Amino acid sequence: MEAALLGLVTIIIGVGGCVGYFYFSNVVLDRFIYPAEGPNAGHNINRANQIRPWLFLFPAIAALGLYLAYPVFETLRLSFIDRDAGNAFVGFANYQQMMSEPKFWEAMRNNMLWLIVVPAAATAFGLLAAQLTDRISWGAVAKSLIFMPMAISFVGASVIFKLVYDARGADQNQIGVLNAVWMQFEGGAGSFLFLKLLPAFLILCFAAIVAYVGYLVVAPALRGAGGGLSKLLRVLVGVGAAWLVFISLRSVFGIFVADFPYGEPQQWLTLPFYNNFFLMIVLVWIQTGFAMVILSAALRGIPEETIEAAVIDGANPFQIFFKIKVPQIMSTIVVVWTTITLTVLKVFDIVFAMTNGQWETQVLANYMFDKLFRANDWGVASASAMVIMLLVSPILVWNVYTARKEMR
Amino acid sequence: MAATAGRKSSLSWAVNISVVALVLLWIFPTLGLFVSSFRTADQISASGWWSAMLPAEQNLVARAIDPDENRVDENGRFVVRGNIFEDGVSAEISAWGVSSRAIDIYQPGDTADLGEGETMLLGPDGAYEWSGNDDQISGRGQRIFVTATTPPELTTENYSTILFSGSGQDNMTKAFFNTLTVTIPATVIPILIAAFAAYALAWMEFPGRALLIAAIVALLVVPLQLALIPLLRFHEWIGIGKGYLGVWLAHTGFGLPLAIYLLRNYMVGLPRDIIENARVDGATDFQIFVKIILPLSFPALASFAIFQFLWTYNDLLVARVFLIDATGQTTVMTAQIVELLGTRGGNWEILATAAFVSIAVPLLVFFSMQKYLVRGLLAGSVK
Repeated sequence: MEAALLGLVTIIIGVGGCVGYFYFSNVVLDRFIYPAEGPNAGHNINRANQIRPWLFLFPAIAALGLYLAYPVFETLRLSFIDRDAGNAFVGFANYQQMMSEPKFWEAMRNNMLWLIVVPAAATAFGLLAAQLTDRISWGAVAKSLIFMPMAISFVGASVIFKLVYDARGADQNQIGVLNAVWMQFEGGAGSFLFLKLLPAFLILCFAAIVAYVGYLVVAPALRGAGGGLSKLLRVLVGVGAAWLVFISLRSVFGIFVADFPYGEPQQWLTLPFYNNFFLMIVLVWIQTGFAMVILSAALRGIPEETIEAAVIDGANPFQIFFKIKVPQIMSTIVVVWTTITLTVLKVFDIVFAMTNGQWETQVLANYMFDKLFRANDWGVASASAMVIMLLVSPILVWNVYTARKEMR
Repeated sequence: MAATAGRKSSLSWAVNISVVALVLLWIFPTLGLFVSSFRTADQISASGWWSAMLPAEQNLVARAIDPDENRVDENGRFVVRGNIFEDGVSAEISAWGVSSRAIDIYQPGDTADLGEGETMLLGPDGAYEWSGNDDQISGRGQRIFVTATTPPELTTENYSTILFSGSGQDNMTKAFFNTLTVTIPATVIPILIAAFAAYALAWMEFPGRALLIAAIVALLVVPLQLALIPLLRFHEWIGIGKGYLGVWLAHTGFGLPLAIYLLRNYMVGLPRDIIENARVDGATDFQIFVKIILPLSFPALASFAIFQFLWTYNDLLVARVFLIDATGQTTVMTAQIVELLGTRGGNWEILATAAFVSIAVPLLVFFSMQKYLVRGLLAGSVK
């Protein structure tokens, strides 16, 4: 109760202080510094109006500068010094030390996996959910239920999924859904259908979409359109897509060759490599609702005439969706994708709560937390924070660029 | 025509079924936690939560009532009668035993021979009759091991443990109030600061405005991780260390870019005439802001308030770095749940209830103010 009281007092002081600042600073400006009366009233009003924006902006600028802008540069500086050696400048030593650690590369590899899988899966599911729920009468309820995980904390979601992934001995009743389902498979035809054919089919679908998008991106460059830089970018995207297709095909092969341990309950979170995907599912589960809400609004914004024209021309629902609707909401898809990418780069709570980076599930944000509080190595922690900043910066530049373009 | 109609209805069936599947897939995990929080520890470990509504087979250990007080002398034989189940429980016994090494050797209705004339009779409804001589029927009650199918039973006991009677880590009340202490000021203060700044950026002319807006868009994506070390040092340096003040300031700073961005975008869209007219009538900027802009911007303010509330309420990282000190007196719910995951990893009745207590408030806010949340999302995603 004491804490509650303290909170209440602070709200009153904080809010009162804010309101007081804005009110009295304006009063002081208008009454005492540049009073709107006397011989040069007009001049004074103009002067006051030049200063007023800064009165309104001052708290925000101070807070933003101190809590966001300054730390970026301070972290950069800290990443070049060694605290134990009396804050001496050590050049890239922190970065070198970080790069020599296998844990860092593990975190980098996992982060790349997260960056590919989570935005792709969340956007795809969101698009699917948006398209499906817009067509039915109880769509609003369905949307609301799919959107609900957005309100659940990452920690709460971690507990929820830990229960899903829970494992008991083979002779006991499984209380985790995933193991309960897993124990139903015994290696027969059903297992082949659901555990080999279906995943292989899904991965092939993914590979086909990647190949198609890659082709769309690369084709103009092959025809010789655009400048040198855009050509280079397109070719880079094409190479990335080809790599993803290769990985997908290889994993399809792997699925058919693999020998699954049927009948044994699995500790899903301790299976190296695959446990990353079980962690990603948590974030996909949370972010799909976000993608769905935004994409559903975009889908509803598509002009009816374009769809009617396609229907008259005899397009089937799939053609309408992929060839008419998706291209028109492409810019929104990009926005959703980048927003989820930002969330992924900062993902900390899920890994921290579920595995804490054990069993090869480390990610950059958790690696940084680890260095900061467990190893107490501020230099390497700063260096890894700068790596996160580096990964974010293309999105930062892009956002500023588009925002400025929109304002003109 | 008929063919087209037929295709359409079959497609609509497919859509309906897919949506049902999708929705079930999405709420299934949360439902599991919710149902588990109403089950006892024994029930949770005996069967999956999806069978909570069905009768479950359980192994129970019961003890006959105190023989010295309850035995009846029947012609030289002493008999203790009772029921291993409490009143009102209608369980069905499938097998039982009197030793922990052989818990299922007798069928209900059998009489177990305990040696030297001592016997135990257990009926299918849990009624027992324990008889023997004066010496045998004394001391502690005989243990009975039962395999029984008990009807589904839900309890609110976990909630009373977590909220009221639990001790130490199991009690979330303190953490709940701590979370609210963090959340409410950290939601209200940035709104105020951002509203003034957004007004200035939307409706006041001054040099450097475009640059400031670009800077705010840039700060929108700066990862939190960069701010941790410099701000820890800063808080140490100005002497506030770890505590509520630090966490409020941090949340304010981290929430401001989105707040300013959302509110500015909304305020720019307000009709120019109203503001110009008010200016002509001699209203000052402060008056225009308080009397016209703030009331009109209510939807945007509400959107951001929900965002900031959910984000600060659900946050773990900022609280761990800027608030929770070694004493642990100021722990928040998310941090306490992570601790519970470490120490009580197998006690799902505690974990599930604690987690559900912590997500109940956001869910409530979510379902009651979803309209504003959606509106904010649509305005806030950088296009």
